[in-house]
Amino acid sequence: MKDGYELVYKRPDTLLSKRMHYCPGCFHSTMHKIIMEVVDEMGIAEETIGVSPVGCSVFAYDYMDIDFQQAAHGRACAVATGIKRSLPDKFVFTYQGDGDLAAIGTAETIHSCNRGENFTIFFINNAIYGMTGGQMAPTTLEGQKTSTSPYGRDVKHVGHPLRMAEMVSQLPGVAYCERLVLNTPANVRKAKKSIKKAFDIQKQGLGMTFLEVVSNCPSGWKCSPVQSLDFVGENMLKYYPLGVKKDVTANSN
Amino acid sequence: MAAKGFVEISVEGCKGCGLCVHHCPVKCLSLKMDDTNSFGLHYAYLSNEETCIGCANCAVICPDAAITVYRKSKAV
Repeated sequence: MKDGYELVYKRPDTLLSKRMHYCPGCFHSTMHKIIMEVVDEMGIAEETIGVSPVGCSVFAYDYMDIDFQQAAHGRACAVATGIKRSLPDKFVFTYQGDGDLAAIGTAETIHSCNRGENFTIFFINNAIYGMTGGQMAPTTLEGQKTSTSPYGRDVKHVGHPLRMAEMVSQLPGVAYCERLVLNTPANVRKAKKSIKKAFDIQKQGLGMTFLEVVSNCPSGWKCSPVQSLDFVGENMLKYYPLGVKKDVTANSN
Repeated sequence: MAAKGFVEISVEGCKGCGLCVHHCPVKCLSLKMDDTNSFGLHYAYLSNEETCIGCANCAVICPDAAITVYRKSKAV
C-alpha cells in the first residue's frame, strides 16, 4: 500500500478466496458478497447458518465461511424451519433462486411465511432458469424469449409472471418484505442496509423476513453483463416494482 | 498532483464483466483488451491513475469482490 493512503474497501473476510463459478456479471456473486459483508459487520459469522437451494447458487456453501446446509430442490424453507426451531438463537437464512422458491418450492415458501417462521429468505429473481440452460420460469416476463418460449411468453397459455414479494407480504406471519435490485452501486449499498435490517428483525423474533432481489442472467438472456443492466432497468423493474412491501417495525419507530 | 485514490484489481479474480468500467464516475478503469488472465478473460485495470477519486463504486458493484480501494488519508 502506498504511503498516505487508507483502505476504503476490501473483500469481506467471510467470503472465501475461492473463485465463484457464476458467469461474469451475475448478481448472485454480488449478493453473496454483500451478505458476507453484513455478516462481517455484525460479527455473527459463528452464529449464522445458511441453507442453499438447487439451482445456480447450489454451491453457495463453497464461498461463504459460515455453517451451511444444502436442501433438496425447493425445500430450503422447510429445512430452515427445522434448523431455526432447534437452534432459535442462531441467524438462519435461505438463499433461493426463482426456480427453487417460486416454482417447485412455492408451497414450502408460502406455508413457512404463513407460519411466521423466524428466518430470512433471500429470493434471487432473474426471470429464467439459469443453471439448466435458460428455460422459462414462473417469473419470466410476458413476451420474454427463453429456450422453452422461443416466441416469447404467452400469458394465455402459461399464465402470468409471479410477483412473490407482493404475494407473501399479504401473509400475517411476514414481518418484513422488500424488493431490491443490485444494478447500481447505490442500490447495492441500499440492499446491504436492508439485509442488515432483516437480520435485526430476525434477532428480535418478529417473524419472517423476505427479501426479493431482482437479478440478471447475462448468459440466459443472451446479452452482455452491461446490457443485462439495461434489461433489468427497462423491463424487470416495470413488472417487479422496488420498495418495502411490508414492515412491522415501521410504526414503532 | 497525486491522485485522490487508487484501486488494486486482482487479475485472476476478475471475470471481465465490465460493470466496474460502466459504473466508474471518472472513467479511470478499462478492460485490458490486448491481454487475458489464465481463464482467457480480459481483465479490468486502472488505466488512468491520475483521475481515480477512490469512491469505491467499482468495488461495491464488482460481483467477484476482486477490487480493493484506497483513498488519500485526510490527516496527512
